[in-house]
Amino acid sequence: MTVWIALVASALIVWALKNAGYLFPPRFVEGALMSRIAGLVTVALLASLVVSQTLQSDDGVAVDARLPAVGVAAILLYFRAPFLVVLLAAGAVAAGLRFFGFLG
Amino acid sequence: MTEQPQDALNTRARAQGIQVALAVSLYGISFGALSVALGFSIGHTMVLSLLMFSGASQFAFIGIIGTGGVAAAGAAIASAGLLGIRNGLYALRMSPLVGPGFWKRALAGQLTVDESTAVAIAQPNEESARHGFWASAVALYLGWNLATLIGALAGDALGDVRTWGLDAVAAAAFLGLLWPRLASREPIAVAIAAAALTVVLIPVVPAGIPVLAAAAVGIVLAMYRHRVAPEAPSGGEEKAA
Repeated sequence: MTVWIALVASALIVWALKNAGYLFPPRFVEGALMSRIAGLVTVALLASLVVSQTLQSDDGVAVDARLPAVGVAAILLYFRAPFLVVLLAAGAVAAGLRFFGFLG
Repeated sequence: MTEQPQDALNTRARAQGIQVALAVSLYGISFGALSVALGFSIGHTMVLSLLMFSGASQFAFIGIIGTGGVAAAGAAIASAGLLGIRNGLYALRMSPLVGPGFWKRALAGQLTVDESTAVAIAQPNEESARHGFWASAVALYLGWNLATLIGALAGDALGDVRTWGLDAVAAAAFLGLLWPRLASREPIAVAIAAAALTVVLIPVVPAGIPVLAAAAVGIVLAMYRHRVAPEAPSGGEEKAA
């Protein structure tokens, strides 16, 4: 039940933010500061999510098969590989390492 | 620009929009599979795609609750919301393009995301931008939700997240969303600061809190940079496609 409440609440917030842009005249909220905050908050959140999804474990930080997988993803992104290829490669690296008993 | 009939520009805009939508939709398969593999039901997963309909916010929500449990629900709501702010700014930009009409604007509101905005902005004039926006928006909504459903059904069959490396796929997904935004030194510096802070905080605070601390760092750095370099480009807010 709690998951449903959290889920619907976040979905409504995200939905309301999109629609707010159509309700307010641009001059109320547009501006260099607001677009900078929106841009950099997005960057900060995504960077933090990369790190926590890569390293977080039940007891703090752990290096396991996720780290080399994300490394491979970074290399592929650098060479402009398509998104789906990047995701499949990351999954394959982590799954492969675990299958052969490396890094857990 | 060479003189091109408006019809040709409109057709090209719609084709571009549909291509972008198809490519990005495929990625909805991984969202659906990951969400179910992290323990969410197919119903949860579909409501996220149908109602929230914003990839980064959706991944953040399932990622944070998936690792931190319901105890991290507050952080999940806040992160999803903060990641949604940019859609509001896109909507301001799209507002004159969409034009008047309550239902049309309400529909546009739900469909205003990175991809539809990027396709619209890339067009040479307002009419073709409108064609590009609606084509990519509608195609993406249909494609993303269909792909989510396929992924969720497949994820149901997959079972353990770790065996298939789906936990690493989640991390790679966030990196893929981040990558196109790292186009100048300012976002790169913010990304490094946020990543470093997260590593330091993970062992000492509850799950979900490091992400919020990183968001706060993003806000503070944006305000600081606005003061010292008000004209410099912002964090690549429209670079994603």
